[in-house]
Amino acid sequence: MGDVVLRGFGWRHAGRKAWAVRGVDLRIVHGERVLLLGPSGAGKSTLLAALAGLLPEDSGESEGTVEIDGLDPRKARERVGIVFQDPQTQLVMSRSGDDVAFGLENRGVPAGEIWPRVDEALHRVGFGYGRDRPTGALSGGEQQRLALAGTLALRPGLLLLDEPTANLDPAGAALIRAAVTRALDDDTTLIIVEHRVADALTLVDRVVVLEPGGGVRADGPPGAVFAAHGDRLADEGVWVPGHPVAPRKAVTGPGSPLVRATAVTLHDRLAPTTLAAHQSEVLAVTGPNGSGKSTLALLLGGLLKPTSGTIDAGPGGAPHRWRAAELTTRIGSVFQDPEHQFVTHRVADELALGPRRIGRPEAEVRRVVDDLLQRLRLEKLAGANPYTLSGGEARRLSVATALATAPRLLVLDEPTFGQDRRTWIELADLLAGLRDDGHGIVAVTHDDDFVAALADSVHHLERTA
Amino acid sequence: MTLTLPTFEASTAPLARRNPVAKLAAALLFSGPLIATLDPLTPTIALAVELAVLPLFGMRYGTLFRRAWPLVLAAGGIVITLVMFAAERTGATVATLGPFEVTTGVLVTALGMVLRVFAIALPGIIVFATTDPTDLADALVQNVRAPARFAIGALAAFRLVPLLGEEWQMLSLARRARGVDAGRNPLAKLRLFVSTAFALLVGALRRGGRLAVAMDARGFDAGTPRTYARRQTFGRADAALMIGATLVSAAALTTTVLLGLFRPIVG
Repeated sequence: MGDVVLRGFGWRHAGRKAWAVRGVDLRIVHGERVLLLGPSGAGKSTLLAALAGLLPEDSGESEGTVEIDGLDPRKARERVGIVFQDPQTQLVMSRSGDDVAFGLENRGVPAGEIWPRVDEALHRVGFGYGRDRPTGALSGGEQQRLALAGTLALRPGLLLLDEPTANLDPAGAALIRAAVTRALDDDTTLIIVEHRVADALTLVDRVVVLEPGGGVRADGPPGAVFAAHGDRLADEGVWVPGHPVAPRKAVTGPGSPLVRATAVTLHDRLAPTTLAAHQSEVLAVTGPNGSGKSTLALLLGGLLKPTSGTIDAGPGGAPHRWRAAELTTRIGSVFQDPEHQFVTHRVADELALGPRRIGRPEAEVRRVVDDLLQRLRLEKLAGANPYTLSGGEARRLSVATALATAPRLLVLDEPTFGQDRRTWIELADLLAGLRDDGHGIVAVTHDDDFVAALADSVHHLERTA
Repeated sequence: MTLTLPTFEASTAPLARRNPVAKLAAALLFSGPLIATLDPLTPTIALAVELAVLPLFGMRYGTLFRRAWPLVLAAGGIVITLVMFAAERTGATVATLGPFEVTTGVLVTALGMVLRVFAIALPGIIVFATTDPTDLADALVQNVRAPARFAIGALAAFRLVPLLGEEWQMLSLARRARGVDAGRNPLAKLRLFVSTAFALLVGALRRGGRLAVAMDARGFDAGTPRTYARRQTFGRADAALMIGATLVSAAALTTTVLLGLFRPIVG
C-alpha cells in the first residue's frame, strides 16, 4: 500500500500557458518518507494535489501517468490522506471528535467502529483534550493536530503533508512535528512539502528536488542531496540547513524618537506597554501568540484607538485621529496578510494609489511607481492583478505600497512569515537599507532569524490572559 | 465589530432534547396558523402558552428576554408606523400628537400586531436557543433525508462566520493604512463600504473553496453512502410534540372565533 509511480507526469491548469509541473519520473515505495523540495513555482503543491486525486480531469490538461498502487489517484482516494497549510479551512465540525468522525462517516465506516477509531486517531497525534472540545477554542497548532487526526483516522496508505506548519507560530509548528513523528508507522508512506527544511528533516529519509522547468533535479538521501545541491537550492529560496543568513545590524546608533507609546493598553488585547521606536533603528516586538503583538502594531500604526495610555508620534495629536492620507506620509503599516491591503486590480495602480491620495502630481506618481517596481523586482508584474501574485510577490508589493508615500516610520506585522529564503533576504536587505537611510522600522515577529539578523533592539511582550 | 455565533444551551429538559427537526416543525406548526388573524387575543393566548412551556425547554425567562430584545425595537417601529399612517382611526381619541390622532382603534390594531410579532417569533427563538446546530444538520440528513451535501456543507460554512467579523475589521484598518478613508462624505463612505464588502466576499469565497477541497479530500464528495456517528432518532414523543403544537395553535384560533373576535388577515 502507498506505492507511487509517476511516468513523465505533467499538469497544466486550464487557461494557463505554462505547465505547473512536467516531466516527472518518480517511484516511491511502501513506507518511504520523502521530502519534496523545489523553488517556488516548481509545482510541488500541484503534484501533491494530483496524488491526492484532487485535480478533476476537466480542470486542466495532463501528460504521462500517475498511479497509486496501480490505480488512477482519482480512484484511489481512499488510500490517500492530505493535510493542507491552513487549519481554519480544514476543520468542518464544531466539536473536535465530530470533526475526526467526519471523514469516517463520508467513507461509510460502520457506526460502531467510528468512535473507537476517532479515539485512536486523537491518541496517535497526542491531542490533549476530549472529543467534546470545541474546535474554535483550539490554538492553530492544536487545530492542525486535529486536522492530522481527521486524516489519520482514515488510515491512508499514503499521507501527504502540504506545508503543514507554514501558517503556525514556532510553538504550533513544534506541536505538528511531534504529532507527525508520533503518528507515523512503517505502513504509511509519507510525502511532505516544506520549505523550512530543518523542520522536516527529522521526519524523512529521502529528498526529491523538482526542477522548475520540468523533471526531477535530485533524488536521494538528505545528506547526499544537500551536499551536491544545497548551495543552489539555498540561492533559489529553499531554507537549506547550514546556510545561515548574514546579519545586517545598524552601523550607527538610533536617532530621535519617531513614536512613543506610554502605558498604552487595549481592552482584553494588550496589557500596559511602554516603548519607543527611533530613526535608524529596527525594533523587533516579540512574544507568544495572545500577547497582543499585532494589536500593538495596529496601535503604533495609528489604526486603532488605545483604551488607555498615549501614543505620541509628533505634531497633530494621537495618530489614530489623523486623516488616512496624512497617516500614510508619516507611518506606513504592512499587514501580516498582504491581500488585506490590496484595493485595486493592477499592481501598478496599487503603488500609485497612495501618492495620488496625497495629491502628488501625476509625473511624480509615475516616477515613484516605476522606481518601486524596479527596486522590488515587480516590473514584469505591473499589469497583473495583485490577488494572483505568489506569496513572496504579494509580500514585496505590500511593503512597496507602504513605501510609496515615503513615511519615516514603517510598522510591519510578521513581514518574513512563511517566506522563502530568497524573499526573506530581499526583505531583510530592503528593511536594513531603509533603516540605514534613517527610517524607523518596527517589526512584530516570531522569526528568530529575523531578530538575530536585523533587530537593533527587542521588546518582548508577555501573554496577557 | 465582532461577530459571535448564536450559542445554544445544552439541556436535558423534556422538550429541549426532542429531535431538532421535530422542534423546528413544531415551532412552524404552532406559529403558522397565528398569521391568519389580526386580533390581539389569539397571540395573547399563544404567548401565554409559549411562556408556560419555556421551563420544559430548560430555558430561563431572562435568557429568552436577552435573545428576544431586538423584537422590542421592531414593536416600537410598528407602533410609530401605525400612529403615523393608520388609515382607520376608529374609536375614541386618546391623545393628539401634532397632526396624528391616536384613537383606541389604532392602539388595539398596534397591540395586536406587536403581540403577533412576539407570538410568531418566540417559538423559533426558543428552538434555536436549545438546539445544537450539529444535531439539527444530523437530524435533517437522517430524519428528513435532506442531502448531506447541503446540510453538512451549510454547517461547515456556518463555522466560518465568526471569521468574517475579524476579517471585516482587518480590511477596514488596512484601507485606512493605505490612505483610503471616507471622512464625512456619504458617497465616499458608501464606496468604501462596497469595496470593503467586495474584498470580504473575495476572501470568503477563497476560504470556502479551500474548505470544500479539504472536505472532498476526506471523502465528502465520494459516492459512498454515508454512515452516521451521531444517531438522531424520531420517536413518538417527537411526533407528539408536533401534534401538540398544532392542536394548541388550533385551540387558540378556535377560542377567538367562538368569542367572535377573529379578524381574518384576508378579506
